[in-house]
Amino acid sequence: MNLDPNTLTQLPVSIDLLHLVLSGLVLLLVVLLIMSRQLSSKLSNQECAPKSSGQAPTASRPRAPSAVGASTTQAQAVRVNVPSKLDSAAPDAALQLLALLQQEARFIDFTQEDISELSDSDIGGVARVVHEGCKKTLDKYLTLVAIRDEEEESAITVAEGFDPAQLQLTGNVVGEAPYKGTLIHRGWKVSEVSLPKLAKGHNTRIVARAEVEL
Amino acid sequence: MSSAGSSGDSSGDSSGEKVSDEHVSVDADNQARYAVGIDLGTTHCVLAYTDLSQGEDGVESVLKLMPIAQLSSPGNVEEREQLPSFMYMAHHSEVKAGDLVLPWGASESEGQDASADIPLVGAIARKLGEKTPLRLVASAKSWLCHNGVDRRSDFLPMNSPDEVRKTSPLQVSIAYLDHLRRAWDHRFPEDPLIEQDVTVTIPASFDPVARELSAEAAKAVGFKHLTLLEEPMAAVYHWVHACADAWRDEVKLGDIILVVDIGGGTTDLSLVAVSEEQGSLVLNRVAVGDHILLGGDNMDLALAYRIKAKLASEGKNIEPWQIQAIGQACRDAKEVLLSDNDTQSVAITIPSRGSRLFSSKIRCELTRDEVTETLIEGFFPHAGIADKPRQNSRSALTQRGLPYAQDPGITRHLAAFLTRQQDATSNLFGNTGAVDNTVGDDPLAALGADPLAAPSADTVDFIKPSAILLNGGVFKAPRVKERIVTLINEWLSAADAQPLQVLEGCDLDLAVGKGASYYGKVRRGRGVRIRGGLASAYYVGIESTMPAIPGMEPPLQALCIAPFGLEETSPAQASGQQFGLVVGEPVHFRFFGSSTRREDTTGTLLDAWEDDELQELPEIQVTLTAEGRRVGEVVPVHLSARVTEVGTLQLEAQALGGQGGTAPQSWQVELNVRD
Repeated sequence: MNLDPNTLTQLPVSIDLLHLVLSGLVLLLVVLLIMSRQLSSKLSNQECAPKSSGQAPTASRPRAPSAVGASTTQAQAVRVNVPSKLDSAAPDAALQLLALLQQEARFIDFTQEDISELSDSDIGGVARVVHEGCKKTLDKYLTLVAIRDEEEESAITVAEGFDPAQLQLTGNVVGEAPYKGTLIHRGWKVSEVSLPKLAKGHNTRIVARAEVEL
Repeated sequence: MSSAGSSGDSSGDSSGEKVSDEHVSVDADNQARYAVGIDLGTTHCVLAYTDLSQGEDGVESVLKLMPIAQLSSPGNVEEREQLPSFMYMAHHSEVKAGDLVLPWGASESEGQDASADIPLVGAIARKLGEKTPLRLVASAKSWLCHNGVDRRSDFLPMNSPDEVRKTSPLQVSIAYLDHLRRAWDHRFPEDPLIEQDVTVTIPASFDPVARELSAEAAKAVGFKHLTLLEEPMAAVYHWVHACADAWRDEVKLGDIILVVDIGGGTTDLSLVAVSEEQGSLVLNRVAVGDHILLGGDNMDLALAYRIKAKLASEGKNIEPWQIQAIGQACRDAKEVLLSDNDTQSVAITIPSRGSRLFSSKIRCELTRDEVTETLIEGFFPHAGIADKPRQNSRSALTQRGLPYAQDPGITRHLAAFLTRQQDATSNLFGNTGAVDNTVGDDPLAALGADPLAAPSADTVDFIKPSAILLNGGVFKAPRVKERIVTLINEWLSAADAQPLQVLEGCDLDLAVGKGASYYGKVRRGRGVRIRGGLASAYYVGIESTMPAIPGMEPPLQALCIAPFGLEETSPAQASGQQFGLVVGEPVHFRFFGSSTRREDTTGTLLDAWEDDELQELPEIQVTLTAEGRRVGEVVPVHLSARVTEVGTLQLEAQALGGQGGTAPQSWQVELNVRD
C-alpha cells in the first residue's frame, strides 16, 4: 500500500547515476557540436552561420536514449555544410564528393574499419591505396592552392587590410596591422571546383551501391 | 625548340606554304568556322579544334581541346579530355533510365523498348565493363580493320550470351562519333559539328576497306566536310605546330623522320622525308608500316600477369577482377619505375572488394627489375637490324578473334620496317638528286653512292632515319624512349650513319587530335602541308586464260590499278587492260596491295613478285546494273582508281567507248565485300 508512493519517490534515486552520465554525455556532445559548428562556419561562408546557429537549439533538446543517434545525424549535417561553397546544392555536392572518394579511394570503407587491432604495416599498405585515391580524386575535381607562398616557420609580415577569412591570427594578438609573425600553416584554398553534374532525381545519399556478383 | 609556339614571326618563309595551295580542296560552300580534329582511337577519342576565323597563319593558331561530357557513373556526368572508346550494353534492370541523362538531354535508351539492352559509351562503359566484361565492346577500331569478319554485321561484344544486344564495329564507331557530335553541338549550338571542317584520324596502316568504313561511319553521323588523316602524320603536324616556324631549323633537306606512334592498342610506323620545292622545305610521307596490333594496354596487362604469376608462386590465387585492379595499379607504377630516379620498387596493394578493406587484401611489390624485364626486354628487346618479327605458323582453324601481333617485340617490327622500306625515298630524292646520303633508285648503286658506308656482305641495308618523333602515352616512361633511340642509333652507327635527332614537343596523349585540327587549317593553305598520297600500290589479280588443270592453281598476274603515292588531286587513271563484264552478274577480283613497289604505274602487269612484296587483301566486287543494257550482255570495261577528297580509294569500272558522245557509263567497285 504505502510501497507505491515509496517506489515512486525512490525511482529517480536509484537511476540517478545513469541520468547524470547521460546528461553529462548530452552536454559534452552539445559542446562538441557547437565547437565544430564554429570551426565549420569559419571555413565555410557567412551564409551558413545563421543557419547553423538556428539549428543549434534543436540539438540541445535532452532526449537521453536517442542522444547518440541524434548527435551522429547532426555531425552528418555539419559535414554536409562544410563544402557547401563548392556547389549551390549543398548536401548533394558533399555526398557526391564522398561517393567519389569512396569509389577512387575506398574512403568510407577505410574510416569505418576498426584499425585498433591492426599492425602499422597492414594499415600502411592500405593507407597507400587510400592516399593515392584521395589525391587522385582531389586533383581531378578540385584545384588546391596554398594561401601563402612563404616557407612555413619563416617570419612574415601581415599587411593592413588582410582578409581574416583567409588568414588566422593567433597568439599575441594585440595592436594594429601590419603584424610581424611566424607562418605556421600556409593554408589551402580551392581555386576551382569541377564536380560531375548530377542527373535530376539522382539519389546522392547512396554513396556506394551494394554489389552482387551473379 | 623549347620556345615552341612562342614564335610570332612566321611570314618570313611563306613561299613554302604556297606550295601546298595546289592541294587545297575546300568546297566553295564550306562556311565552317572551326577546323575540328577527331582522334578516333582504339582506347580513347579526343576532339581538338581551332578557330578558322582567327590568325591568318596556321602556325599561330591555338589548338584547343573540347572537354567531352560523358557519364562517369550512373547519374554523374563529367567533362573529360578523353572519351574512352568503349561501349557497354547495359541490362535494362542494371541502371535507372533517369540516371543516364546527358547534358543534351537525350537519354541513351531513347526509342528502345523497356527490356532492351541500353548501349552506353565513354567512362561509364569502361567502368561497368570492368566488372561485367561480357557486355563490353572494346577495341572496335581493331575490328574495323580486321579482314576476317564482316564489319557491318552485329557480333560485338564477342562470345557473349545471345540475349546481350549485339552491334557491329561500324555501328560502334558511329556511336563514338555521334557522342562527340552531341557534346560539340551542346557546347557550340551556333556551329553544329556537321558543318565544320572535320578531320578524323586513322592508323597509317589501315587498308582501303578500313578507310572506307571509317569514312562511312563519319558520314553516317552527318559530317559534310570530312577528311581522313593518318595518325603519325597528325603527330607530325602537331610537332610542326608546336615548333611554330622553327621546324625549318630543326630539320634539313634530306632528313628522314621516323614516326613511332604507339597507341593504346596499335603501333604505327611512318617515314617522313624532308625535300625541297621551289627553294623551300617540304615534308613528304614516304612510307607506312604494317598494321601491328600491339599497344600500351598490352604492356599494362603483361605486368599484371607477371604479378599474378609472382603471387601464384607464393601460393596466392588471383581472381579475374584482381587482374583488372592490378593492371590499373601497374599503369602508374611503371611510369615511376621507368624514370631516372632511385625508386627500386613500388608497392601494389589490391584491397578486398567488400567493405572490409583489410580482410583478404593482396599485397606485393613491383620492382624496377621486373618492369625492365617485362616491358623493356619484352616489348622493346635488343634486336639487330636484320631481325624480323617472329611468326608462328597460323593454325588451320581460323579463329574469330583479333589478330594480335604474334611477336610483342616492337623493336623487331621496327627493324623489319626499316629494311623493307630501304628504297622509300628513291622516288623523291632520286628524281631531284638533291641528297647524297640516302639511297638512290637502285639499292646497289645507293650503297656505292654512300661514301661512308662500307657494308660487308652480311649486313642488311636499311633506310637510315636522321630524326625520330615519338608519340603515345607509352613514351611517358623515359627508359622506353631511351631504349628505342639507343637501339636505332646502334644500327645507324654500325652503318656509319649519323645518330638520330630526337624531335621534342609532342603532347604524347593528345598530339594526334590536336595535329588533326591543325591539318584543317593547313588544308586551307595556312601552314605546312605534308604530302602523302597512297602509301601502297594496288593491284587486281588476273588469272591467265589456260585450261584448268585439277590441283594446280592457274598462274596469276597482277595488274596495277592504283600507283603508289596517288594523290587526291590526281585524275582518275584508267588501266590499259580491258575486262569483259557480264551485265547483272557480280564479278569478283582478287585484290592486292604493296607498300614497297613504288615504280609501278597504272597498267603495269606483273608476272612474278616476291612473296612479301604483295599482300592479298579481301576480294573486290563489281556488279554491272542493267541501265539500258540487256542482262547477260558483255560490256568491255577498264578499271580506274582515284583518291577521293575524303582520302579513301575509289575504284570504278568504266565502259569503253561512250555511247554517242555521252560520258562513259561507270560502276562503283565495292571494296568491302563479304559473302
